[in-house]
Amino acid sequence: MKLETILKLVEGVVVTQSELEGEINFGLTSDLMSDVLTLDIDDAMLITGLNNLQTIRTAEMSDIHCVLIARNKKVSKEMIDLANQSNIVIIESPFGVFKVSGILYAKNIKPAY
Amino acid sequence: MQLNYSIEGGDFTNAGNASSQVKKILKKLNVDPKITRRVVVALYEAEVNVAAHAYRGEIIVDINTERIRVVLKDEGPGIESIENAMTEGFSTASAEVRQMGFGAGMGLPNINKNADELNIKSDVGVGTELEIITKLK
Ligand SMILES: Nc1ncnc2c1ncn2[C@@H]1O[C@H](COP(=O)(O)OP(=O)(O)OP(=O)(O)O)[C@@H](O)[C@H]1O
Ligand SMILES: [Mg+2]
Repeated sequence: MKLETILKLVEGVVVTQSELEGEINFGLTSDLMSDVLTLDIDDAMLITGLNNLQTIRTAEMSDIHCVLIARNKKVSKEMIDLANQSNIVIIESPFGVFKVSGILYAKNIKPAY
Repeated sequence: MQLNYSIEGGDFTNAGNASSQVKKILKKLNVDPKITRRVVVALYEAEVNVAAHAYRGEIIVDINTERIRVVLKDEGPGIESIENAMTEGFSTASAEVRQMGFGAGMGLPNINKNADELNIKSDVGVGTELEIITKLK
């Protein structure tokens, strides 16, 4: 799925300058970073309510290039800077993780695990 | 090639810096992305463990054409039972650490999965030393 399509579906806003290469086919929803770090695919997006610098670090180490921060949480400048350096797109969405996951799952984004 | 880093206990801003640097270097060295992911995920979990559970630590990353050897040596409370610590779900993480998204008790098992060789030495009241070896071929 293209980034623009995802943004429309979840009423999301991109807050980074990174370019997303390719499309998103898989998703995972978690607030547990060790859980995310067990991932072994490349084109997954992370849906999370965990809004801190280690969320972006975790994405960086797991080769996740798209992170959606749910429920209208505003990401910090440090997170945006780190995401830009690591070529990660951060989306802010007003919806909660359950709603975002449900919408994307219904549109055929596959579970990463 | 040898690289040295240090980590402070409780510092969740800089935890991950070493992993991030190593990731960039391995990319420059054209190491297979799958192997790179295994190395940096293991290193990152170990780095976060020092930030989460110890007082301070040193990291040595040694890279040659055959393998990457990472050693993390910390001053801290040490691990009472390595067997317990290696069990999925076992965690003594503080509420603060849990709020940061850690404390699932998956870090050490995850390091073990990603490493070709993992050696842990720990002295209660003194500190912990982890050796993580990943083959490049
Ligand atoms: N460097 C360390 N110093 C002291 N104790 C440690 C250290 N690393 C791990 N431990 C102990 O081992 C336990 C298990 O570690 P592990 O990394 O598997 O889980 P965690 O750090 O608690 O949670 P997670 O890694 O899933 O975020 C820790 O809760 C802690 O009690
Ligand atoms: Mg851990």
